Amino acid sequence: MTRAKNALAEHRRELLRQMLRIRRFEEKCVELYSAAKIRGFLHLYIGEEAVAVGALQALTPGDKVVSTYREHGHALVRGIPASSIMAEMYGRMNGCSHGRGGSMHLFDTERRFYGGNAIVGGGLPLAIGLALADRMRGEQRVTACFFGDGAVAEGEFHECLNLAALWELPVLFCCENNLYAMGTALAIEHKQTDLAMRASTYEMPAWPVDGMDVLAVEETASHAAEAVREGGGPHFLELRTYRFRAHSMYDPDRYRDRAEIEEWKRRDPIDALVRREKISSDEMTVIDKEVAGEISDAIEFAEAGELEPVESLTRFVYSPGSPGGGPP
Amino acid sequence: MPSLGADMDAGTVSQWLVRPGDHVSKGDIIAVVETDKSTVEVECFDTGTVGELLIEPGQRVPVGTVLATISTEQPAATPAGGPVERPTGAGREPPPAAPAPPAETEPPHVESPLVRRLAHRHNVSLSSIRGTGPSGVITREDVERAAAGPTRIKASPLARRLAAELGTDLATVRGTGIGGAVRAEDVRRTAERPAEAVPAEITPAAPAEPAPVVAVPPSKPVDAEERQADMRQAIARAMARSKREIPHYYLGNTIDLTYALEWMHEHNRRLPVRERLIPSALLLKAAAVALREFPRLNGFWAAGDFVPGDGVHLGVAISLRGGGLMAPAIRDADQLSLTELMTALRDLVSRTRSGRLRGSELTNATITVTNLGDQGVEFVHGVIYPPQVALVGFGTTVKRPCAVDGLIGVRPMVTATLAADHRATDGYTGGRYLQTVARLLQRPEELR
Amino acid sequence: MNEPVKTTYREAMREALREALRRDDRVFLMGEDVGRYGGCFAVSLGLLEEFGPDRIRDTPLSESAFVGAGIGAAIAGMRPIVEIMTVNFSLLALDQILNNAATLLHMSGGQIGVPLVIRMTTGAGRQLAAQHSHSLEGWYAHIPGLRIVAPATLDDARGMLWAALEDPDPVLIFEHGGLYNTSGELATDAGTADIARAAVRRPGSHVSVIAYGGTLGKALMAAEELSSDGIEAEVIDLRTLRPLDDETIMDSVRRTHRVVLVDEGWRSGSLSAEITARIVEQAFYDLDSPIERVCTAEVPIPYAKHLEDAAIPQVEDVLAAVRRAVGDGG
Repeated sequence: MTRAKNALAEHRRELLRQMLRIRRFEEKCVELYSAAKIRGFLHLYIGEEAVAVGALQALTPGDKVVSTYREHGHALVRGIPASSIMAEMYGRMNGCSHGRGGSMHLFDTERRFYGGNAIVGGGLPLAIGLALADRMRGEQRVTACFFGDGAVAEGEFHECLNLAALWELPVLFCCENNLYAMGTALAIEHKQTDLAMRASTYEMPAWPVDGMDVLAVEETASHAAEAVREGGGPHFLELRTYRFRAHSMYDPDRYRDRAEIEEWKRRDPIDALVRREKISSDEMTVIDKEVAGEISDAIEFAEAGELEPVESLTRFVYSPGSPGGGPP
Repeated sequence: MPSLGADMDAGTVSQWLVRPGDHVSKGDIIAVVETDKSTVEVECFDTGTVGELLIEPGQRVPVGTVLATISTEQPAATPAGGPVERPTGAGREPPPAAPAPPAETEPPHVESPLVRRLAHRHNVSLSSIRGTGPSGVITREDVERAAAGPTRIKASPLARRLAAELGTDLATVRGTGIGGAVRAEDVRRTAERPAEAVPAEITPAAPAEPAPVVAVPPSKPVDAEERQADMRQAIARAMARSKREIPHYYLGNTIDLTYALEWMHEHNRRLPVRERLIPSALLLKAAAVALREFPRLNGFWAAGDFVPGDGVHLGVAISLRGGGLMAPAIRDADQLSLTELMTALRDLVSRTRSGRLRGSELTNATITVTNLGDQGVEFVHGVIYPPQVALVGFGTTVKRPCAVDGLIGVRPMVTATLAADHRATDGYTGGRYLQTVARLLQRPEELR
Repeated sequence: MNEPVKTTYREAMREALREALRRDDRVFLMGEDVGRYGGCFAVSLGLLEEFGPDRIRDTPLSESAFVGAGIGAAIAGMRPIVEIMTVNFSLLALDQILNNAATLLHMSGGQIGVPLVIRMTTGAGRQLAAQHSHSLEGWYAHIPGLRIVAPATLDDARGMLWAALEDPDPVLIFEHGGLYNTSGELATDAGTADIARAAVRRPGSHVSVIAYGGTLGKALMAAEELSSDGIEAEVIDLRTLRPLDDETIMDSVRRTHRVVLVDEGWRSGSLSAEITARIVEQAFYDLDSPIERVCTAEVPIPYAKHLEDAAIPQVEDVLAAVRRAVGDGG
């Protein structure tokens, strides 16, 4: 009994550590972006950590993940080393996408992490296809597909929900509803703002979840993933969450009320878990130190990475086995 | 005096742009007239020869006054710029003496306002235009021509490439393509036309004693391959004979071309592209002029003795695109001005490559100059064409560090070499000859 | 080679599909009306009965979803063949084709190849008007990461599909709608076709006529007629529109010195413009006349027959262009 209790505490401590990894990693990104070490678009996951950490607990290594351009958190939890993510953002060859993708396009086929997709809604058809392959081969796999509330307005969203339901594909749709499609509030974009309810019209189980509660997310996602794996067809989770930072770096954030942000910050998923699990400040210091070490190692790894020679600019446009020897 | 405006009664001839005896064409500007309002050009309405200029510059005459006479093709003369009044000759007072035309050859460079305006409108700089009008005056046509840019022959890219390879001047090719465009076939047809003279033996014949000319000019057209094989044989015979019979000695002298090139660039600046000099012309000219002082290098070795040439006829070694070599002569090269030499050189190269040399050009060279600078060669140790007794070689002009007034400077340098027949001269003569060439190139303005 | 049998382009294509489905169980066909309807142009007729609904998948009218699904399945190790009814409809899936299929390999640093085959109909000539008749393969040929092929012969209709399936990268097969009924003889054991090189379909020495897909037949007809006038046109079938086989094109241009391009795409910013530019870049000094282009008039394809005929390249246009290219000015 005590052992089970300890295991549970241990697991929750791990959830906390994962959320903290994301939080600290993103905070470091802000710093590095300001120092111009990281360029391009940079979308931070701060505030939404409970979603990635909770939902990805439901997956096995053989399952697949399709994510969005706000994917550092998913990538970290899925097991892509922080060093390889950081090196990618540095544009180095030792990055997880060889420096070709950057912040928005993290890939790792070994961990079945299929991006890093920066077209809103564009990842959904991909997820459908991954799941279709599993289904045709009779493999009991789940494809978790993350997207935001903005994607629900895209035609691809509706095409894919219909197709997934129609073909009973093993997809776990994870809608991260952070209330804003870039700068446009949910209510300004949708007539019906209950996204779970809308998904349910495609004849699939669809549940709204408190995305600021990592334990709630974990529990619901595990339940849904199990059903998907058992052949129950696609499931839909509307994970209600909030990003504490702007849409991307140096977005003036004119479209949100300060008070609203403060209100959501009081529901910080990390603080909530600390309170609930009564984690001592000493223990927090230990976790924080561990996380800080991982991040500073990641930066060291990225800094040491090499830039790809410009001569190989057109690498990876065609595969080595392309007929005619790989065209120009 | 033409009427140059509705309210004009009289005008002053401010300048004549033609002289008696000049040929003028309809539309040429022949004089500048000042009216009360402005300065206007007087255009001529006939083609013919300027007879007399009846009004002196500065003279103010009423509209309708005859200014000059122009005789057209017929003996009859028509007055220019005014009402017709034929001079009847007999019984007529001799006209006032025409103003003496300026004696100096420097063109007056008068630009009429109209020409200036036109140039301004077309954004053409007058200083860049060479006048074709009488006395080198810039005419309206010159400006228009300059504004229109060089007339370009319409030819396909392939035709151009072929023409260059075959040494065919595109201007001589009649185009059969759309709009008269020259196409590849047209170039081939032109290139295959039998040459005026048959390119034959490169061995020039000595005037004193006929040189052993081996090749017989073929009377029927031969194909290119056959011709080339014949040429190779001829070169082989001549060169083997040279090395067998002629005791060569070789000298070299590196010459600073700084002044020569500076002078040339300055000189060229004033010339239209077609007439600009290239460094080769300067080198040839210096080589030719220097020979005047060293006649023993300019001639032939025949029947055991030296026979001087009857002038400096510079054989210029020209490689053919298809392979092979010819050394046709520029006659009296030392007497030609640089411009004439340049023209002769261009003409010779083009005719050599298109196989249109005259027989005499191939036989009367008294010395040969070979310039392999284009190929990046620095020293040419040539083989004398028998029965000549010397061969001058020029390498490429390279910028080299060298001592200038005790300091290291970078100067354009060329190495001139001499291969000479020891039977006719000794190294002393050869050395002084090269020194003279070097000296001449330090004072390029005198080579003119 | 076995006895040749009489067949059609449509049947050759169906035979290619059948063979692929038999040879490799990772292969499946999906698209609108490919199953029960038998394919909009009856290419897949009968395949559902033979291979079942799992491998001959009718999809909803969701181009983006099912093309994207094809991409996902290809990534996951399947060998999907996605059929899009016409190139005009493919624009609804352009996001997936460009942003995913063509891009994933590069964006992932070489990790994610997309061995996907997309087939679609292209071209005018059947009075289908402006939303079913365009030739947009030139647009797709603009995109690095894709291979674009256009089978114009029975052999290629039969052989290109398997070659495309073996390609580790996405291949788009453009089938000209006017070709499905063309008939001819094909060896029963006709095999896979090369999808890297253009082909000289008719040798000639006076002019190179470069065509592909639906315009190849017109180019060949023109060449026949010109031959009786003593003009020998070399007809090149591009076959692969991306990457272009520069070598075969330049080799021909260097022999004939004259070029006529026949392209059913609109002239501006077209494939024919690209080929013209390459010839000028690579064989300028071999040209003996201006390059001639026969393209579609810059108009949405109209319905009325006489107008449609006037809009798209015809044999007479090719004849006139060749005569301009080789003709005398005098």
